[in-house]
Amino acid sequence: MTDLLAWLAEPLQYAFMTRGLLAALIVGTVCQVLGAYVVLRGMAFFGDALAHIILPGVAVAYLLGWPLGVGALIAGILAAVGIGALSQRREIKEDTAMGVIFAGAFALGIALLSTQRSYAVDLSHILFGNLLGVSTGDLWLMGGLAALVILLVVAFYKEFLVLSFDPVLAVTLRLPVTFLKNLLLVLIAVVIVTSLQAVGVALVLAMLVTPAASAYLLTRRLPAMMALGAALGAAGAVIGLYLSYYWNLASGPAIVLTETVLFFVVLLFGPSRGLLWRRRAATA
Amino acid sequence: MAELFARPASHDPAAPPVQVDGVCLNYDGTAALQDVSFRLAAGTRVAVVGPNGAGKSTLFKVIAGVLRPTSGTVRIYGGLPGRHVCIAYVPQRSQVDWSFPVSVADVAMMGRIRTMGLFRWPTPDDWQVVDAALGRVGMLESRGRQIGELSGGQQQRVFLAQALAQGAELVLLDEPLSGLDMPSQAAIFSILDDLRASGITTLVATHDLNLAAERFDQIMLLNRRLVALGSPSEVFTRPLLMEAYGGHMHVVPDGDGVMVLTDTCCDGEEGHD
Repeated sequence: MTDLLAWLAEPLQYAFMTRGLLAALIVGTVCQVLGAYVVLRGMAFFGDALAHIILPGVAVAYLLGWPLGVGALIAGILAAVGIGALSQRREIKEDTAMGVIFAGAFALGIALLSTQRSYAVDLSHILFGNLLGVSTGDLWLMGGLAALVILLVVAFYKEFLVLSFDPVLAVTLRLPVTFLKNLLLVLIAVVIVTSLQAVGVALVLAMLVTPAASAYLLTRRLPAMMALGAALGAAGAVIGLYLSYYWNLASGPAIVLTETVLFFVVLLFGPSRGLLWRRRAATA
Repeated sequence: MAELFARPASHDPAAPPVQVDGVCLNYDGTAALQDVSFRLAAGTRVAVVGPNGAGKSTLFKVIAGVLRPTSGTVRIYGGLPGRHVCIAYVPQRSQVDWSFPVSVADVAMMGRIRTMGLFRWPTPDDWQVVDAALGRVGMLESRGRQIGELSGGQQQRVFLAQALAQGAELVLLDEPLSGLDMPSQAAIFSILDDLRASGITTLVATHDLNLAAERFDQIMLLNRRLVALGSPSEVFTRPLLMEAYGGHMHVVPDGDGVMVLTDTCCDGEEGHD
């Protein structure tokens, strides 16, 4: 027991590890509140595209010496609103349009970064995260954005629920559908920005989708799905960070791999919707 | 925040629940609805029939204010449909994500959202309304179940409870009867009887011409344009049916009426929209 405590306490003697742990907890939790909607509305590709479209914003902020989060936030909100407007049009299918913009913006971001001498290191931090480089200022920004997101999701809970479950009902109830849709897209962008430092542009999708998908398999009510997703997200983030410390792995991938393993455990062994349980029910 | 909501439309109880004048709707150049005009009296139960692609769902969405007609007007109790909150549209079962993590009571409560207003959570009064609505459709015992666990007929009844909780005065049901067994259909009709007794107007899209003839006050025969609207005996005549269904149907004389065999009939999914 004391060994376990010592094992748990050892990394925390480093301030950067404590900050990283707090950041991982914030990201692991807040992502799931929106991850539930991403999973239920089938927006995984949108989430991934949005994360990549943010890159030029991050690159510009980096070149100008601004905080990266600010650049990402501006690019993310612009992209969310832009995609929202694009999806109203009919010339081209939504996912095709997103694919075009996503790849183009990502290339632009890399091109901007490649003008710098420290290109390789910076790029890997932006792509895969740098949890251990989280500053106290970053932590405050993450915490503030996370609180704002949770507040808005709670405030618009029943409207988002109707919008996700039955968009036609949202119209016949005369809810402000366009506003709600755009708000949801912007909130997803904000959450992606919040997670950027932890897992990076390339892996942020996993934070948004994987624990929410595990929770989806285990629950039957949306609030339960959000709460369980947040618990799984936080657990995966903490376990992943410890694994990265002791096994000397990059922190972002360690967290994502932990979440992925948790998902497959749930998929196989989860009650009711789990594969093993289903097979047994089928043979019984 | 209140200005985000469109102000409710003027609602004149003396005006007809549905008045459609010269409505046309074009989708990418093809006409889904052509010059449709009719009016309905309050409390009427109308079966909307016609071949696949006749525009039944499209007409419902225009009446509900979800789609805007290319030309023509729709008036609901004298007001524009886009602002009315008294219209309930019950989607085809195939359009609903039944694995969505919501309970029976959650779905019925969705009908109350507009009445509750922004930033409000359901009060005991709201739950009372929802439970009363679930009671009226016989789904109160199932209130905590996830909607995917229900039978097809029960799922339809949950959406009817939602319409009741919404206080809808005009209910549009898109193919509620297809795929249901006889007892489930009977349960739906007893709820529809209850709605009619409360003065609620209902439009029901269906492929089942026998049920339409037996259980409805009026039949609307639709094939992009309005072929006929009237009592079953007025509408189910050989020339009108041939006009609506063309070569896709066989009309067989059968003593005092006609017997109709269609080959476009199918359960659930429809090709249009």
